[in-house]
Amino acid sequence: MIRYILQRLGESAVVIALMSFVIYALIGLMPGDPIDLMINSDPRLTPADAARLRAVYGLDRPLVDRYLSWAAAAIGGDFGNSRLHVRPVLDVMPGFLLNTVKLMGLSFVLSVAIAIPAGVIAARRQNSRLDHAINLLCFAGISVPVFWLALMLIILFSVMMPILPASGIASVGGGGGLWDAARHLVLPVATLTIFSVGSYTRFVRAAMIEVLRQDYIRTARAKGAGPSRIVWVHALRNAMIPVVTVIALSFGTLFSGALITETMFAYPGMGKLIYDSIMGNDYNIALVTLLFATAVTLAANLLADLAYAWLDPRISYASGEGARP
Amino acid sequence: MTEVLRPATPPEGMLMLFARRFADHRLALASLVVLLGLALLATAAPMAEWALGVSANSVNLTMRFAPPSLAHPLGTDELGRDLLVRLLYGGRVSLLVGIAAALASAVIGTVIGLLAGYYGGKLDALLMRLTDGVIALPLLPLLIVLAAVDLTKIGLPAELARDADVSLYRMVTIIALVSWTTVARLVRGATLSVREREFVLAAAACGAGPLRIMTVHILPNVVSPIIVATTLSVGNVILLESVLSFLGLGIQPPIASWGNMLTGAQELIWSAPQLVFWPGALIFATVIAFNFLGDGLQDALDPRAITR
Repeated sequence: MIRYILQRLGESAVVIALMSFVIYALIGLMPGDPIDLMINSDPRLTPADAARLRAVYGLDRPLVDRYLSWAAAAIGGDFGNSRLHVRPVLDVMPGFLLNTVKLMGLSFVLSVAIAIPAGVIAARRQNSRLDHAINLLCFAGISVPVFWLALMLIILFSVMMPILPASGIASVGGGGGLWDAARHLVLPVATLTIFSVGSYTRFVRAAMIEVLRQDYIRTARAKGAGPSRIVWVHALRNAMIPVVTVIALSFGTLFSGALITETMFAYPGMGKLIYDSIMGNDYNIALVTLLFATAVTLAANLLADLAYAWLDPRISYASGEGARP
Repeated sequence: MTEVLRPATPPEGMLMLFARRFADHRLALASLVVLLGLALLATAAPMAEWALGVSANSVNLTMRFAPPSLAHPLGTDELGRDLLVRLLYGGRVSLLVGIAAALASAVIGTVIGLLAGYYGGKLDALLMRLTDGVIALPLLPLLIVLAAVDLTKIGLPAELARDADVSLYRMVTIIALVSWTTVARLVRGATLSVREREFVLAAAACGAGPLRIMTVHILPNVVSPIIVATTLSVGNVILLESVLSFLGLGIQPPIASWGNMLTGAQELIWSAPQLVFWPGALIFATVIAFNFLGDGLQDALDPRAITR
């Protein structure tokens, strides 16, 4: 088991190293470069000054050279400064990260709390009207463009019925306290929850239908266990195994949803930080935040596989190549 | 002689069975009708322009935010352009990009899946690691970076890089580059099982080369998961295209797409909410229709899914 984890961690490290180079190269291909920005802010700079600055910052060196010196500094813990925030990258990130954890965490808990009962009920009454209604809602949630959903919620609850704030995390002037912060979270959390709950419900429903067909469910019924006990105790436990895995594997999708949600509601989280840094030529932030998002997604995938083995004792990754779900 | 060797069930029977099972899925059937209607309307966009006597890109600042009228059935936008005609042209772009990128990713996925499943061994391990790697990437941030790349820096002439038509090809390319993974996995899985069947061994014994075995003998047998996955991915591609275009990184104006018609919509939510409603509602309807269509195709093509 330990060997398996170490091997996976090694693979993830390779992926992150490769990604860091790809992202570094891609960011160099984005419009504008740091020297152009300096020239724009100080018109007195001559072309000769620009060339000198390029040399000072090493921008005239080949891509691989520049990448290697960035990587060497990064391994030493120095990720450079943010251009827009004028602070070291690592000082900027924690606040944004905390906001994203709040947003994603709340939406995740809410989605799961809705998806489990909805999916179980749909599976128990397969092909009933209720099942069809739940199915329709799931498809709606999966198919709605998140940015448009956010706009519609803002129009409904901030413009037509002005009861909720449309952006930010606190009212201007501050001092709103916990109640104010909670009010600002309602629309973003609702948006992200609607986005994720549909697919979660479909995972739960599919897994429950599969499990309810198994022989041991018939055994439980034969020995006289009541229908609710069979569903909520015998079946749900085993149905959760694939569900946990698929939900963990869909972490990247949830994060993409969070990026759009944060951008729409001007919510200062990691997604908005990534978007703003790419749009604002804040190279150091863009690099580190993109790599961070990759690392977290890889970690979620690894946890998904480990949880699969831990929840289902029949699966073992210990001997050689483990079959991935 | 050849008459005797024909399969026991004629192909018509299979098609009938498929059609009957597909028709059982009423939402899929309704979705097919909706999509055909949308495609027809989008194709007829120039006719709508002609009938209404307006043009999609003609700016008329005296007619900004006009309410619905006979000349402008859905009113006009912030530049006085006819909303209905622009929605129809936007539909062309969104459907075209969606279908083109889904087909392109199906081709990439099929090639990778066939190679991995047929050859197995090291090639399989390498290709599947690549697939796992791409699946594990945070998709949207990566697409934003890819869409923001300045094409002049990779050697494209400036006038070409700023050409609006190029943004169409670029969208199709970058979306196809990241969304082939589902098809690759499905095709690989199906290939692994088909590879061991007698008719493949027979073909190999008759001297068929790997290319012929993969394309003539295996591909027709793995085609149903490809069709289902591709249909489902059209919806996803349209969502990705719309969000990138909304952010100003996708389809570039003056070409209308449902996504870029919403760019700047945040300023319109007070003054003209109807302008915000329509493009998004059409994206929503199209995506949900493709998802239902894929669901219906899955039920009709996959014999194990009868118990839906």
